[in-house]
Amino acid sequence: MSDQPVDYHPMWDELGLDLPSHDALLEAVGQLYGDAYLTQEDRPKGMDYLDFVVSEVHGLRIKELDDFRKTGGKVFGTFCLYVPEEIIRAAGGWSVGLCSGAEFAYDQVEQIMPRNTCALIKSFMGFKLAKVCPYLESADLVIGETTCDGKKKAYELLGELHNTWVMELPQMKREQDVALWKAEVRELLKKAEELTGNTVTAESLRAAIKEVNDKRCALQRIAAACTADPAPISGKDRLLATQVAFYDDVPRFTQMMNALADELEGRVASGEGVAPKGAKRVLVTGTPMALPNWKIHDIIEKAGAVVVGEEMCTGSRYYQDLVPEDGDTVDEMVDAIAEKYLGINCACFTPNKGRTDDVIRLAKAYGADGVIDLSLQFCGLYEMESHGIETAVREAGLPVLKITTDYSMEDAGQLSTRVEAFLEML
Amino acid sequence: MRVLGLDIGSRSIDAVWLDGERIVDWAVADSGYDPGSASAVFVERDAHDVVVVTGYGRRVAKERFGCTAITEITAYGIGAAALFPEAASVLDIGGQDTKVISLGQAGRVVDFEMNDKCAAGTGKFLEVMARALGFSLEEMAAVSRGAESGIAISSMCTVFAESEVTGLVHRGEDRARIARGLHDAIAKRTLGSLKRIDAQSPLVFAGGVAKNPAMVDLITGGFAGEVLVPDESQIVGAYGAALSAARS
Repeated sequence: MSDQPVDYHPMWDELGLDLPSHDALLEAVGQLYGDAYLTQEDRPKGMDYLDFVVSEVHGLRIKELDDFRKTGGKVFGTFCLYVPEEIIRAAGGWSVGLCSGAEFAYDQVEQIMPRNTCALIKSFMGFKLAKVCPYLESADLVIGETTCDGKKKAYELLGELHNTWVMELPQMKREQDVALWKAEVRELLKKAEELTGNTVTAESLRAAIKEVNDKRCALQRIAAACTADPAPISGKDRLLATQVAFYDDVPRFTQMMNALADELEGRVASGEGVAPKGAKRVLVTGTPMALPNWKIHDIIEKAGAVVVGEEMCTGSRYYQDLVPEDGDTVDEMVDAIAEKYLGINCACFTPNKGRTDDVIRLAKAYGADGVIDLSLQFCGLYEMESHGIETAVREAGLPVLKITTDYSMEDAGQLSTRVEAFLEML
Repeated sequence: MRVLGLDIGSRSIDAVWLDGERIVDWAVADSGYDPGSASAVFVERDAHDVVVVTGYGRRVAKERFGCTAITEITAYGIGAAALFPEAASVLDIGGQDTKVISLGQAGRVVDFEMNDKCAAGTGKFLEVMARALGFSLEEMAAVSRGAESGIAISSMCTVFAESEVTGLVHRGEDRARIARGLHDAIAKRTLGSLKRIDAQSPLVFAGGVAKNPAMVDLITGGFAGEVLVPDESQIVGAYGAALSAARS
């Protein structure tokens, strides 16, 4: 945090970014962040760290990746939480989430993809085509996965432009599917060893499992603090912590998030909150929200409610389960990792009753007054599951609002009215 | 307590003055290009202790007049249930959006749906189509009611439907049958929304478009249950907004 701002343009230039477009993107994200985040009152002090991370999201962190690569380190870019970070770290690599979450260069994307593609996919392809994602350009290898038809085909297109490798995620959770997934995780291990030139040992894998578990535990502590009324942290801030978990240096992030959790636990003890006690509490479920997509949280919280939890990939699905740390051999630990990841309840699975159970359990645990189910338009999986979620939430005695939207702001006015009416109804 | 309820919509600003829960006066003005000043005229009459705003312009008005704001959904729920205590659901077709609401006890909203992005099937849609056909809104409704059948209109987008109507006019189709087709199309879309939220009878049909007798015919004919239309359908939102303060 020096006084003299560092000029990262030479580094971005070296990475092959399109500098004018990238400047425009950073300016837009900065404005969005200022409006959504820096206008909040009574934020925990621990958020200073995340404010700093966001202010340096394409700066200092990219410099760290750059330094790592210059000493022979390898960076693995991922788009989905099914790609096990433990394996990559055990091989000495770094895993980073790639850019999405904003409408960018759709005109170029629509030359190669249908217009009716979900915003998440259009966005990441836009970042690639417009050359504005320094994480992607820093990635020695992108690891894709077969979580939906759109992504599956998008990785073929991305593969023409970037070194890409795809893991096959089964769509059911039977014995033969578990076997397939274990084999896929082993393939990833081989691939990671090949690329880094390091061998994964029981010791390195155990250490990696521990590190990533520690990160998830810190996020679990932050989430648990939000069972309190008043909630000690806004949903927006908690969402940001989960989003940054995909990018940041693991031990440092864990340390900072534990410090934030300490502070939150202190606030809970003294009854200090971000909104008055009794403010309406909302659980959000549905498609992931890649940074800088803060649209729905911003609308909900500006209407006076608090988002107390996310049943999302940028939420509980990311941190709720841990990998057992007591494995003796690499084989045993790889199996344990595969089993843990296959336990995540993504809408790409059939059947997927586990997700419905998670939503009801979380809504009760966090004392939610209502549930907002959010689908990205053209995300067939979450849109199709929406009805089942709605039915189950209503049966549990809670109101639910279904929203289908994208990254654009053209429906922001209508969405505000719908969200406000929903809150008035609680 | 005297309360002013203001519903600042895209087409009109509706005002209702209450003394306790009794309506003492009401008024309707065009939103025009400066809805803030048009609303101020009502606020400055100074015949009230409290103001509650609702509608599209509620946020701006809340800041300008330092008053309370509630959404149209809640306001229409309260207003419709006050006019018809037996009401189980509400349909409000306004200038630029359509809302369908399921009511629980005492006008409490239990579910709702509204159009999310465009003005298809709203008052604005009817205005544009009337102009394309060379009718006033009243004339269009009257000829539509007189037509034996409608010509199917395939587009619900205001822009595309306008070109479709222009095309039909050029082909020499009967304007009355086109008008009927347009009303049929809106009714079909609206009845679909009512079905999605499982709207129960009786249904209160409110909002500016409930003044259109052709639409009232079609909604009444297509809804499985009783349809109740308030005499002054336009002021239900302003009435509900005012009542929300009178009762709190």
